[in-house]
Amino acid sequence: MIELLRHTMEANGLLTAFVVVGVMMWVSNWISKTLTGGRLHGSAIAVFGGLILAYVGGVTTGGKNGITDIPFFAGIGLMGGAMFRDFAIVATAFGASFEDLKRSGVSVMIALALGITVSFVSGAGAAYAFGYHDAVTLCTIGAGAATYIVGPVTGTALGASSEAIALSIAAGLVKAIVVMIATPHLAKKLQLNNPHTAMVYGGMMGTHSGIAAGLQATDPKLMPYGLMAAAFYTGLGCLVCPSIFYFILLRLLP
Amino acid sequence: MMIYGTALLAICTLIGISIGEELGSFLGVKANVGGVGFAMLLLILTTSWLIKRGRFRPLSAEGIQFWSGIYIPIVVAMSAKQNVVVAMKGGPAAIVAGVLGVGISFAMIPYVNRIGAPKDALPAKLEEVPTENMR
Repeated sequence: MIELLRHTMEANGLLTAFVVVGVMMWVSNWISKTLTGGRLHGSAIAVFGGLILAYVGGVTTGGKNGITDIPFFAGIGLMGGAMFRDFAIVATAFGASFEDLKRSGVSVMIALALGITVSFVSGAGAAYAFGYHDAVTLCTIGAGAATYIVGPVTGTALGASSEAIALSIAAGLVKAIVVMIATPHLAKKLQLNNPHTAMVYGGMMGTHSGIAAGLQATDPKLMPYGLMAAAFYTGLGCLVCPSIFYFILLRLLP
Repeated sequence: MMIYGTALLAICTLIGISIGEELGSFLGVKANVGGVGFAMLLLILTTSWLIKRGRFRPLSAEGIQFWSGIYIPIVVAMSAKQNVVVAMKGGPAAIVAGVLGVGISFAMIPYVNRIGAPKDALPAKLEEVPTENMR
């Protein structure tokens, strides 16, 4: 019976992936609620879990494709492949409106431009300091320091190595976690108590899960404002990182 | 029909990625230049155009919202297929890259916040952004 189920699951890899990832999300949300009191969003724990799974897969098989080198988990490769990923990420733009962005004033647009640039430059700078000197890897890690979405999208667009993409996810994950934890503590100092500041904050930070958890802990009413700015941040990041920023890096590097 | 929304999303993604591909070969780099960004731009423009004309039904929207709702699980799957063993040695770089940007960004918020007040007051309540997930 178990052998039959195992065979079926291997033959229907994508469905198995939905089950595996679904269970991971459930466990992560449970950990988030019970062990961290909701301070650490389930999404961050789940992405971290994904990286751990990839590590386990790499160690046990000696392969390059994380957990998907184990045949039973091969479907995760399809679910997490570029096609579904790009499709789902484009979908997150739905609901954002340029009219709301215009209405929110020039400071939010400045926040968006500045937020992406600051994260990219500090991310690429850190990667350079740690010995990564090729433009594609630097651009990928810099984009990852913006968010763990923009990083892999940029990495795939530029043909970066899986190592660089993994680092970009890790950088974005660290950012999301810092934002989650720091936001409620800094809210008073930043006067994060009105829609306008929430949008400026969303534009500067850009990390969807970080902002969602940070504002949830600060004032849930502000969440839609911060998240709308985050949607624009993701779009702008996917637009400028594998283009303008990459070309600038190509120019700067010998 | 839900498939209308999904089909529109697919068209926007395909066109966006094609633009990125074309731009890459035009600029002489082996890269997809901003394709996903263009696709997002297209989706925002087409859906808001359709919504304004009353041509976009809530059911069509569901065909898009489903995909935006499972983007985190897809990112989890994507993480699980990376070469993390090799990436481990770059771990400190990733941590510094993540922390540094957040620190500077937090410090800048009060200054950016002071630039230009909003033209009109923001709507008292925004529609919940559909990227909301994980419930």
